[in-house]
Amino acid sequence: MTLTQDSGSDTRPVPEGHVRLTIDGIEVDAPKGEILIRTCERLGIIVPRFCDHPLLDPAGACRQCLVEVEMGGRPMPKPQASCTMTVADGMVVKTQHTSEVADKAQQGVMELLLINHPLDCPICDKGGECPLQNQAMSNGRADSRFIEHKRTFPKPLAISTQVLLDRERCVLCQRCTRFSEEIAGDPFIELLERGSNQQVGVAEDTPFQSYFSGNTIQICPVGALTSAAYRFRSRPFDLESTPSVCEHCSSGCAQRNDTRRGRVLRRLAGNDPEVNEEWNCDRGRFAFRYLTSKDRVLRPMVRGADGQLAEASWTEALRVAAEGLLAARDGDYPEDAEGRHAAPADAPKGVGVLAGGRLTTEDAYAYAKFARLAAGTNDVDFRVGAQSAEELEFLAKHVIGTSPETGGLTFTELESAPAALCVALDPEEESSVVFLRLRKAMRKHGLAVFHLGQWTTPSVAKTEGTLIPAVPGTEPEALAGLGSDVLDLLGQDGAAILVGGRASEVPGLFAAVSELAGRTGARVAWIPPRAGDRGALDAGAVPTLLPGGRSVTDAAARAVVATAWGVDELPAEPGRDTSGILAAAAAGELAGLVVGGLDPNDLPDPELALAGLRGARFVVSLELQASAVTELADVVLPVAPDINREGSYLNWEGRRRDFGITLREPGMLPDCRVLDTLAVEMDVDLFTQTPGVAGAELGRLGLVGAARPTGAVTAAARERERPADGQAVLATWRQLLDVASLAVDEPHLAGTARAPEARLNQATAARLGLVEGEPAVVATERGAISLPLRLADLPDGVVWLPANSPGSQVRVTLGAGHGDPVTVTAGGN
Amino acid sequence: MTDSTASTESTDTPRMLTPVLTRRWLSPRSWSIQTYEQLEGYQALRDVLTGGSGGGRDRNPRGTTGNTGRDGDGPVHPDRLIQLIKDSGLRGRGGAGFPTGMKWSFIPQGSTGAGAKPHYLVINADEGEPGTCKDIPLMMADPHSLIEGCIITSYAIRANFCAIYIRGEALHPIRRVQAAVREAYDAGYLGKNILGSGFDLDIVVHAGAGAYICGEETALLDSLEGRRGQPRLKPPFPATAGLYAAPTVVNNVETIASVPAIVTGGSDWFRAMGTEKSPGPKIYSLSGHVERPGQYEAPLGVTLRELLEMAGGMKDGIPLKFWTPGGSSTPLFTADHLDVPLDFEGAVAAGSMLGTTALMIFNETVSVPWAVMKWTEFYKHESCGKCTPCREGCYWLVQILERMVAGEGTESDIETMVDVCDNILGRSFCALGDGATSPITSAVKYFRQEFLDLCKVQPSVPRTEQLDDLVGAKA
Repeated sequence: MTLTQDSGSDTRPVPEGHVRLTIDGIEVDAPKGEILIRTCERLGIIVPRFCDHPLLDPAGACRQCLVEVEMGGRPMPKPQASCTMTVADGMVVKTQHTSEVADKAQQGVMELLLINHPLDCPICDKGGECPLQNQAMSNGRADSRFIEHKRTFPKPLAISTQVLLDRERCVLCQRCTRFSEEIAGDPFIELLERGSNQQVGVAEDTPFQSYFSGNTIQICPVGALTSAAYRFRSRPFDLESTPSVCEHCSSGCAQRNDTRRGRVLRRLAGNDPEVNEEWNCDRGRFAFRYLTSKDRVLRPMVRGADGQLAEASWTEALRVAAEGLLAARDGDYPEDAEGRHAAPADAPKGVGVLAGGRLTTEDAYAYAKFARLAAGTNDVDFRVGAQSAEELEFLAKHVIGTSPETGGLTFTELESAPAALCVALDPEEESSVVFLRLRKAMRKHGLAVFHLGQWTTPSVAKTEGTLIPAVPGTEPEALAGLGSDVLDLLGQDGAAILVGGRASEVPGLFAAVSELAGRTGARVAWIPPRAGDRGALDAGAVPTLLPGGRSVTDAAARAVVATAWGVDELPAEPGRDTSGILAAAAAGELAGLVVGGLDPNDLPDPELALAGLRGARFVVSLELQASAVTELADVVLPVAPDINREGSYLNWEGRRRDFGITLREPGMLPDCRVLDTLAVEMDVDLFTQTPGVAGAELGRLGLVGAARPTGAVTAAARERERPADGQAVLATWRQLLDVASLAVDEPHLAGTARAPEARLNQATAARLGLVEGEPAVVATERGAISLPLRLADLPDGVVWLPANSPGSQVRVTLGAGHGDPVTVTAGGN
Repeated sequence: MTDSTASTESTDTPRMLTPVLTRRWLSPRSWSIQTYEQLEGYQALRDVLTGGSGGGRDRNPRGTTGNTGRDGDGPVHPDRLIQLIKDSGLRGRGGAGFPTGMKWSFIPQGSTGAGAKPHYLVINADEGEPGTCKDIPLMMADPHSLIEGCIITSYAIRANFCAIYIRGEALHPIRRVQAAVREAYDAGYLGKNILGSGFDLDIVVHAGAGAYICGEETALLDSLEGRRGQPRLKPPFPATAGLYAAPTVVNNVETIASVPAIVTGGSDWFRAMGTEKSPGPKIYSLSGHVERPGQYEAPLGVTLRELLEMAGGMKDGIPLKFWTPGGSSTPLFTADHLDVPLDFEGAVAAGSMLGTTALMIFNETVSVPWAVMKWTEFYKHESCGKCTPCREGCYWLVQILERMVAGEGTESDIETMVDVCDNILGRSFCALGDGATSPITSAVKYFRQEFLDLCKVQPSVPRTEQLDDLVGAKA
């Protein structure tokens, strides 16, 4: 922006693609097509507004931003809405600061907005951070001439379980309805009635069931939309705000934690144009009650002789944990009370480390280092879903070390991509902010979205995408046989392939993606399910890679890390993956386990996970809340949730997302500190006392750089069970709002979840004698799930279930996953 | 309907009448295709599409010369039709008076860019302006003139789809136009390959749901698309992105029904009526306190004095007090304005607008504030709610006016009312809000004393019941 304030006009040429105009006597060059109100903003001239929002299409509804405009030396007869008018060469604009007409127009509109607005600011959630309140002070009259009757409505109106509407406060700016229609693609709310009876509302039988509904509360310029969770809990001026990063998925949305008296009362989307713009999903916004759930682990616990966990001091818990782990590592068990050796000479040896995916990069680094130095093993894995060597090879070749700085795919580049292919990823359910960006790119730039999946999900519909249907398990063949139209688009500059973390469930899929990327030149991004997944990968919490993507079998790379860690050598044998570690423990081949935030129900076979935990002689659990792991652990060490710790996540772009401590809580320590102290008890120094120290050391180690492996990814062996007669192939992935452990204790949020339904196509349903709306029973030898049937355009003989929803916990109940055969029968009797 | 549109031969018909659109209205079964065809109906269409076989200028009933859009055999080129309408000076009859030919010429043509999209013609038959009653009688009495106009216009702008958006409450006209469209299909005037010309056109008759705002062209388009009828942001204008974001002409019924006559009569004939800048005939709808209310088709520029003459004067001889030149959205006139020429320029010069030439005529028995209150109640009811000034302003104005009419107004209410109008006029999203202020500001301008007289009955000290209300405050 250039501007001159002197009286003489600027004689420099107008830059290419710009126009020169005058606002309040200041000459300014603005890019063609810019909306006047933005140009004013850049000059520091704030024109009051309600309906205007930079990320929504212009509406011109509230008329608060009227200014006087002169074009070609002739004043326009009426004041113009600066939120809808684009700049033009030679335009002369007078805002309220220099024009009496504009000032009176603004005051007039403000007076009109207030005639029907209740005077309940002292009890309104928005009072104190309210654009109407603020702008009424700055651009309104001191008193009103309105002495008539105000319009009233019954209130509040619950338009969903978590969004409450106060129609009296509403100024009908349409930000919420425009957000829902344009940004989220969920036009559940709409204007009803007309004139002064106009109001926002929902259809009788359809509540505001949008995954993004919380954003409407945040962008509401008055207190018309309030959240059931926060309503009447606090005043904005009593809140302390801390920037934070969302822990719920791998997008790493900027957020803001608002706390009062040591409790988080609400979370808002932060403004990060590079990542989440100004939006977030309802899970990120509302799912924070786990912080105060009754199941939180707040004190260390040690399993006593009675077999019960009992609270213990940190000193005692760490000592017991260290002794137990040392014994397990070395197979050197202490004599029991009667002087006998507790274990025979061939007792199992070794400790496996299951880090889990909820860790900050710094914490994951501590797990990686703990495994190598304290446990002396490469048996460390952060992965929770299906794991394969193919996945690790893919990650090593395509993912590790990528970041916006090193040319990795970013949200911004995705927005301008000509085409995007989603593989094993339902964006709205599994990475909802990626979905928002895909939808924006589709609306603004005509992005062509392809979804390799099973049915036309809301994601497919709302990105106006093309479904590439595949029977679960045959996705690699579908990629190999893509039509030339798709291949041409993917061959265009900037095209992207987004691979979901669950691609590991389909053997050969990562190899097929790698091959497709090589064939088309499309860029690849890996979008794992958890916030910590990407950081844990780069931090070396995997069995074959050391920090920075160094191969454990590469002696030179090992030496670099060993030197940095001040040890002579590191274990050279590649470790086992999560399932391998648990299987070994179950088989009595591994004695000890250190388990981070890991839910056995997320594993491919929850029963195997539990068998592993039971089979291990000694289990140390680092946990936020009581779980199936803590139930079986010998020592439970509490770790700090994000609000009590600092650190950083790497989001799927590889972008570092730093966050600080929101609430300081003595005794709440991050995993890296707990592991550091535990290691000290085991006579090993990790030097990860604080996230800062750990992060600095990881930073110094750096990336492998040019040594990164290339070439084709070897496809894993394919030995799929063919569905027998009367069986169907299971397709399954999770929904955004489900029974995840971090979403506990928030019934308002759970109330907006999509109803769990089984999906089949018409022909299959007819063949099996199933009726839409009636229960369908999906079963394996292990168990059965009964859900109402919904017809969808799945391939023949494929049934879809939500992976982890109420009444449909596929892994736990069926012991089966995506691509496995199941039987489907009519439910009821 | 007491109209005076009998044949021109009738001796008692004043010389000012120029029945063009209304000339068939008194024929037996004037709405049927048989009557229409007998009375030169669809001849203009034949001339346009087939080159006026056996006709041409010689068949011109009026022997008029000048541009008739034809220059010989073969179909008339669409561009020549657009030029014809431009030459005729036809201006939109929906109220704003935009030159029709110019509007048509804004439609991008060609096989690339916006021109490559389908083009649409949309007829605004959402007649809802208070006092306005011209399109509905036209559709009742002579629906085929509208349909013929639609076909010629669609041909001119290269549209193959035309929608006629009729106000939902007007059930009879909807049925009549639907029946006429069926007749036209059966007769081969609609559908594929019309009259062997290779030109295709489908017409859909769409019933609105009874919202005044849907008379605003962009709100009408949204409503036609199945959305909530509220005005759209302009630009883009309908000519480039109208119905389904495709180039669209939106014209009033009376405008399009004028087209066949212009094609037949030529531009010079059309210009022979009316004034230089407002040529042609116009249907004036007289209602209220006149002896013979109804539709009077006269050249633009006629005065109320002349129209009253034709309509038999004021009812029962009670003198005129005030009137609207073009519906309630146009500032009202008084007896001083009897000689204002009622064309687009004359009405504006006298401080009002021509609007829809809906002349609501009120005699001295009518209270101005009461009439203004009733109109304002209409605007409050019909404000779409999209923008603040109109939505909230009308809500406020009604309450002030109702209070004043109930004798509880104060002098400052008048100032407040005028100032609220000032905050609505030119601040609203569309012209609805502007229109809502017209009756109030013009009424205060000409009849301020009547408002003051209402205030007189309001005591200058608080009334006893108000004092009762304040007892708690004093205690």
